[in-house]
Amino acid sequence: MPHSIFRRLVSLGSDGDGDANDANEVRTDGGTATATGEGTTRSDQSDRSLLDSEFVRSLPFWLPPALLMGLFVYGAIGWNAVISLTEWSGFGSPDYGDLDFSMYEQMLGDPTFVVAARNTVVLLVVFTVLSLAVGLLLAILVDRDIRYENTLRTIYLLPMSLSFVVTAIFWAWMYNPEIGLINVVLRGVGLDFLANDWISDPSTKLGAVIFALMWQFSGYCMVVYLAGLRAIPNDQFEAARIDGASTLRMYRRVIIPQLRASTMSAAVVLMVFALKAFDFLFVLFGDTPGPSTDILATMMFREAFSSSNWAYGAAIATVLFLLALVVIGPYLYVQYQRGDL
Amino acid sequence: MSVADDLRELSLGRAAVYVVLLLVGAFYLAPLESGLMTAIKTQDAFFSSTPFVPPFGDGFTLEPWYEAWAQMQGPLSDFSGALYNSAFVAIPATVLSGLIGSVAAYGLTNLKWRGQAGVLMLFVAGMFVPYQSVLVPLTRFWTIVGLQNYLAAVPFLQSRVGLIELVVTHTAYGIPICTILFRSYYANFDESMLEAARIDGATFTRIYRRIIFPLSKPMFAVVLIYQFTQVWNDFLFALVLVSSPTNEVATIALNKLQGSMVQQYNVQMAAAFIAALPTLLVYVLFGEQFAEGVAGES
Repeated sequence: MPHSIFRRLVSLGSDGDGDANDANEVRTDGGTATATGEGTTRSDQSDRSLLDSEFVRSLPFWLPPALLMGLFVYGAIGWNAVISLTEWSGFGSPDYGDLDFSMYEQMLGDPTFVVAARNTVVLLVVFTVLSLAVGLLLAILVDRDIRYENTLRTIYLLPMSLSFVVTAIFWAWMYNPEIGLINVVLRGVGLDFLANDWISDPSTKLGAVIFALMWQFSGYCMVVYLAGLRAIPNDQFEAARIDGASTLRMYRRVIIPQLRASTMSAAVVLMVFALKAFDFLFVLFGDTPGPSTDILATMMFREAFSSSNWAYGAAIATVLFLLALVVIGPYLYVQYQRGDL
Repeated sequence: MSVADDLRELSLGRAAVYVVLLLVGAFYLAPLESGLMTAIKTQDAFFSSTPFVPPFGDGFTLEPWYEAWAQMQGPLSDFSGALYNSAFVAIPATVLSGLIGSVAAYGLTNLKWRGQAGVLMLFVAGMFVPYQSVLVPLTRFWTIVGLQNYLAAVPFLQSRVGLIELVVTHTAYGIPICTILFRSYYANFDESMLEAARIDGATFTRIYRRIIFPLSKPMFAVVLIYQFTQVWNDFLFALVLVSSPTNEVATIALNKLQGSMVQQYNVQMAAAFIAALPTLLVYVLFGEQFAEGVAGES
């Protein structure tokens, strides 16, 4: 049972044996190569009509869900872009007759936006790199035939099952300057000078948030990397060992490059979580975390839902969406190229 | 395995690995452990003791739990308690998006037609959309729809209009991940079995009902568990869609409690555990399935 999940993880994340059907399908989908493989027994003509009728008959299954999802996800994104071109604020409804880019101009001249954008990128990059590094290290350690592996994995992944609201409350307590665990431990080991009011001091605020988020999501990276490591054939480890590569070099030269797929999929999920870090910040700081920790997500909420600057909020939301697109675009492209779609 | 065997197996290097892994495990558990210990201490006790040390003597109390429970849910007979409200949203939204996702995945896997990859791409991208980028139109949409007018005939539902909006919203945004999870499962099904059913003249609907759906049980467990956790843990949608205080869900109630009981860390911690209880339970009982759902995101 414990290993079945890893097999599945592997077949999800890489071109494992389970994907044989997939590859087949893509070939049929592409349309250009229908005459290869099993398709050769049928004539092209009947193949095409079969495709068409299958398309028609599959419509009732996927079209309604696609429409519901499309309306809420893509319809809303488009609508949001249109609202961002209006001047809508306060009560009442948006005026769609007068569309221009004034909100985006206002945004570029807004120092708050520049700061929030910078913090967003810092959070995104530092949090992602840190979580991946910790996850990889843990995966390498756990991969050494560790006993109680399942127990450890359960513990490492546990924080991810918790709501941001719950973890934010735990960490507010951890970071309490007088009696919080972090400072108590620091004082206990004689590092009094390091003790700090972590989430009030502007110079440590963002770092403290990133650290807490890393706590919540590095276990997830561990799980993804562990599956990646398990997918690498054992003889590669052996070969590198026989070549006399030191352990460190072996991992850097042989193993880590092969984990690219794992890194990529984990990074995408992490970055998306980082863009969603709003909940965590909102519980800790309300809608105004201050310039050191303000990110686009909190700024968007503040402008739209606290100040009723709907159009301005929508413009910030559009930027946020484009940022997400920059992250997931390449990922989708690679998935498509590999035939995983 | 005996202790002696254990010792033999341990070389110095391996011991170091175990020590590191244990320390890391302690790190992951520390916030939960110190939270739990704080939740069973009196105000005086947690102000004067080390956070992770269990309370002793009169430092021990369950009072914070009673107080937190009163704030988060109140008597079990109160059907507008925050925990009930969360369940009222999470259970239907989870079941709906699971069922819809399974049907959609069937339409996108075992039946073949061109252009499928394009539609799939929209589903995959849908998993990753930051909610902020749909928030303004979403609230506008529900204002325009004016759901409460349609529900006038059913007062029970009309008073819960914010929660019903949440159910529909969560269902819609849950469809992409559910579809992708089911599809990765269906893609591994034995093609010849379905082909045989097709040759026997079974319709597509019949194949789904008689073959695919019954075989989907393990994946339903994964999808339902993962999706339930996601919906229960949501904060943002509830924040913008629910306005009535009687419709507060657990995460919102928890955030409010934290704002009003600033120095009462023991009550805060107890409330955090109460809000997290369903997801913690699900995780402890079905960790395997949760991990699988998580993996599906990648």
